[in-house]
Amino acid sequence: MSSTPLPTPRSQGRLARLWDSDLAFSFRSSPVTVAATLLALLLVLAAVAAPLIAPYDPFDPASLDLSDGFSRPMEPNEITGKVFWLGSDAQGRDIFSAILYGSRVSLLVGAASVLFSLVIGVGLGLVAGYVGGRTEALIMRVADVQLSFPAILVALLVFGVARGLIPPALQEQMTLLVLVVAIGLSNWAQYARTVRGSTLVEKNKVYVDAARLIGLKAWPVMLKHVLPNVAGPVLVIATINLALAVIEEATLSFLGVGMPPTQPSLGTLIRFGQQYLFSGEWWILLFPSLVLVLLALSINLFGDWLRDALNPKLR
Amino acid sequence: MSEAPFVEVRDLRRVFDVSKPWLNRVLENAPRQYLKAVDGVSFDIARGETFALVGESGSGKSTVARMVVGLLPPSDGTVAIAGVSMNDVDVAQERQRLRRRIQMIFQDPYASLNPRWRVGRIIAEPIRAFQIVEGEAAINNRVGELLTLVGLHPDDRSKFPHEFSGGQRQRIAIARALASNAEFIVCDEPTSALDVSVQAQILNLMRDLQERLGLTYLFISHNLAVVRHMATRIGVMYLGRLVEISDGKQLFSNPRHPYTRMLLDAVPDLAMTGKARDGVKGEIPNPISPPCGCTFHPRCPLVFDRCRIETPPVIDGVACHAVNEGRVAAA
Amino acid sequence: MTVKEAVPVLSVRDLTVEFVTRRATLRALDRVSFDVARGEVLGVVGESGAGKSVTGSAIIGLIDPPGRIAGGEVLLSGARIDDLPQEAMRKVRGKRIGMIFQDPLTSLNPLYRISEQLIETIRVHTDLDAAQARARAIALLDEVGIPAPERRIDSYPHEFSGGMRQRVVIALALCAEPEFIIADEPTTALDVSVQAQIIALIKRLCKERGTSVMLVTHDMGVIAETADRVAVMYAGRIAEIGPVREVVKQPLHPYAKGLMGAIPSLEGEAKRLVQIPGTMPRLSAIPPGCAFNPRCSQAFSRCHVERPELIAVGDRKVACHLYDESNAEIAA
Ligand SMILES: Nc1ncnc2c1ncn2[C@@H]1O[C@H](COP(=O)(O)OP(=O)(O)OP(=O)(O)O)[C@@H](O)[C@H]1O
Ligand SMILES: Nc1ncnc2c1ncn2[C@@H]1O[C@H](COP(=O)(O)OP(=O)(O)OP(=O)(O)O)[C@@H](O)[C@H]1O
Ligand code: SF4
Ligand code: SF4
Ligand SMILES: [Mg+2]
Ligand SMILES: [Mg+2]
Repeated sequence: MSSTPLPTPRSQGRLARLWDSDLAFSFRSSPVTVAATLLALLLVLAAVAAPLIAPYDPFDPASLDLSDGFSRPMEPNEITGKVFWLGSDAQGRDIFSAILYGSRVSLLVGAASVLFSLVIGVGLGLVAGYVGGRTEALIMRVADVQLSFPAILVALLVFGVARGLIPPALQEQMTLLVLVVAIGLSNWAQYARTVRGSTLVEKNKVYVDAARLIGLKAWPVMLKHVLPNVAGPVLVIATINLALAVIEEATLSFLGVGMPPTQPSLGTLIRFGQQYLFSGEWWILLFPSLVLVLLALSINLFGDWLRDALNPKLR
Repeated sequence: MSEAPFVEVRDLRRVFDVSKPWLNRVLENAPRQYLKAVDGVSFDIARGETFALVGESGSGKSTVARMVVGLLPPSDGTVAIAGVSMNDVDVAQERQRLRRRIQMIFQDPYASLNPRWRVGRIIAEPIRAFQIVEGEAAINNRVGELLTLVGLHPDDRSKFPHEFSGGQRQRIAIARALASNAEFIVCDEPTSALDVSVQAQILNLMRDLQERLGLTYLFISHNLAVVRHMATRIGVMYLGRLVEISDGKQLFSNPRHPYTRMLLDAVPDLAMTGKARDGVKGEIPNPISPPCGCTFHPRCPLVFDRCRIETPPVIDGVACHAVNEGRVAAA
Repeated sequence: MTVKEAVPVLSVRDLTVEFVTRRATLRALDRVSFDVARGEVLGVVGESGAGKSVTGSAIIGLIDPPGRIAGGEVLLSGARIDDLPQEAMRKVRGKRIGMIFQDPLTSLNPLYRISEQLIETIRVHTDLDAAQARARAIALLDEVGIPAPERRIDSYPHEFSGGMRQRVVIALALCAEPEFIIADEPTTALDVSVQAQIIALIKRLCKERGTSVMLVTHDMGVIAETADRVAVMYAGRIAEIGPVREVVKQPLHPYAKGLMGAIPSLEGEAKRLVQIPGTMPRLSAIPPGCAFNPRCSQAFSRCHVERPELIAVGDRKVACHLYDESNAEIAA
């Protein structure tokens, strides 16, 4: 009854094994992905470390000097002689610093809303796929309806409702939360669909039967067995959705229903900058837009690679 | 035997609703459709015995297996193990105790192990669930023992299923089934996905384990040679019914039901005796609208009028009018 | 079989196929050679991963990157086909070499009627007009045993059962009257009773039309019933090849012996099955010398260093050092 154990190298450390894995290899051999990931990491790190990096605090009214206004990038200000790398706006705010703080807000809203939609979507998708029947029909019809509206419309709607419900005094403080919920609610359906599909596939695999045979109830089976096996596609959607959520937040803020001027996101900055497009102060619009595009693009490229790499099957 | 048989299956039935969705039914005025996957199956299995079910695809073998282990509720009929009925839902604890004694091995060794779990965790799961032994060290020990028992190495516990070949995965599945100290193991085509040389290893292992641990098997296969090798008694299924039950070797030396004869005749002749085949006719009919009377009648060489009207009952282990009326001499 | 054909229909010489992966170059076929005579059925058996399907794909030029034919040649009726350009190879496929695959569903397009698929194929390969092609399609369906073919021909594939679909696939393969048919596990997805019908069909067609067939399967019983000669493959190499009776009844190669002993039989006393220890090596870890040596009970020193070549033993060829004259005393 002897059978030769398969030769698998096991003496290496975890890191070495990770480096040697097919996923890591596919990552290494795609220069675009590596570049995009590095860029995304750089932008995220800069945003997180904004207070440490930013030369000015753009939201400290005491430090603002109107005579610094409209400095051109890299040129000394005509009156004060100060140099702003990426120029300054009408109030004399440093654009570079504003962008750092702005991406911070954008990423925070993006990440939080992705997490929010992920929890809702994965939960409902699992239930729909595992329970089936009417519950499934109900959840999936709602998801269909949701998907047939543009996400931004749903977000606007949620935002409007929240405005009406929240007392005006609290509105400014709660904007961030409302944004997260609005964007989150406009994106859950995609997760629900994907997870339901994968759950339907996984729950019919016999390892789920084997788990039921030892008396496990539905929830433990779902969480311990099914969920880890549907995590791959969810991760891909989440990454790509992060880029989309950042753009969605920017759109909302651009439309004036997003972050207030006291706590501007990239979208808010773009809205301000847009006013100066035709008066010659192009930098106020260009740099925040550029950062938004780079951020969304790099995250998206990473997500695309992840989808392809996980797709055929992670051996 | 005076006491009740170890496994007692009585008049098991299972009907699947295979109707189109409600909206389609209304729009297309389509009726509800039912499929009788299993239609009144009864058999007993004695302790330490291997009872086999054979039959072609769609004959209901897996459905019987799933009902016996309790993965699928029967539409009708009872399954009792060691005198305790599986259908008595009232005592959940009793059921859990019963569950521990019954485990299952599945056909597809690639889908029966959770790909994201390490082998050690997979085998330990039943040990934890049924609290067979307590404490991490003891569980670890037990997992190592089980791996050794099925011919793997205790160190294999830290690998993932995809690092193993099909036969080795089936060994892991057997180890998992044994982890709860099960006495009755339902094997649904345990070697159909494996190569013959690997199949031989697994079949030998299963027989060794049966001898050592006194296991009882319900063994399902469509391969008659495998069934002959493993079974002490055999039931032949056709379209959800048991058409013949007989002692292992006797089924092959003296098949009585016309369908059994046809099945035996269809097996490729490895010995190359050059025997002439009668030529197998037809295919399994659509199970949603099976033929009336004896469901085998469109393919049966012995068919006569009564067969088209009346469903033959199982008499003396055979469900066939011709045999029961003594129209056919035993071959 | 005993009559020596002048030119075999198919002749494979030292065929080697490699898959280039990032870790290593995997040799899926390693110098495989065999002939198939006119009207002959050559069975190819072996465990999963032994290289049976790759052999078929290589013959019809369907090895996709990262795979490549790394050596050897394939001759169809004496002319090389492995070095033909893509376009010419496409003509050979279907016209001169027919194919039957395991899953009849994937070989038929579910969106088109049987008639459309058959007639199109016939018209691609012959210069019949539509009406003639249809008549021929009906004749073909009749030949493969579809009852009332003139009525059933306009059905869609899903309206047919598995066995009937496989018959249609066989009809498709026969459309262009190929000289050679590759049947890769044509009965594996079917029930025994249907399998028996399909085997009988393949046998009859070979006899009547003089078509040669390479029948790939891992069911020894199917081979025993159908094939004239059989090749046993192991780890991308041929272990033993010869007349089916001899190979099945008195296998010479230790692997072939193990394989035959592992099959439970319908006759005789059911004893313990012969068990070959271990598993077939992965392509990335094929041992030096004889690929079977870690599992072989008769292995000796030479087996670990030198790869055995096919040696003629009577009508058979065996790749095992035991049958080399110079080792006669070990074999004894
Ligand atoms: N969940 C289900 N819903 C509807 N029909 C089902 C279901 N499960 C099984 N069936 C049907 O019941 C019949 C018996 O199926 P079963 O799987 O028991 O057959 P089997 O004998 O195990 O066949 P195989 O050899 O193909 O595994 C088949 O016609 C099948 O289509
Ligand atoms: N595209 C590929 N890339 C890498 N390796 C491959 C590829 N296709 C086949 N192989 C390898 O070639 C070997 C032979 O495969 P092949 O499909 O011929 O086996 P087989 O004998 O037909 O097995 P089965 O009975 O499972 O069909 C296998 O080890 C397989 O892993
Ligand atoms: S009952 Fe009639 S049709 Fe059925 S198997 Fe017996 S003889 Fe054949
Ligand atoms: S060559 Fe040696 S190892 Fe290979 S089969 Fe023959 S005896 Fe065994
Ligand atoms: Mg089944
Ligand atoms: Mg193959």
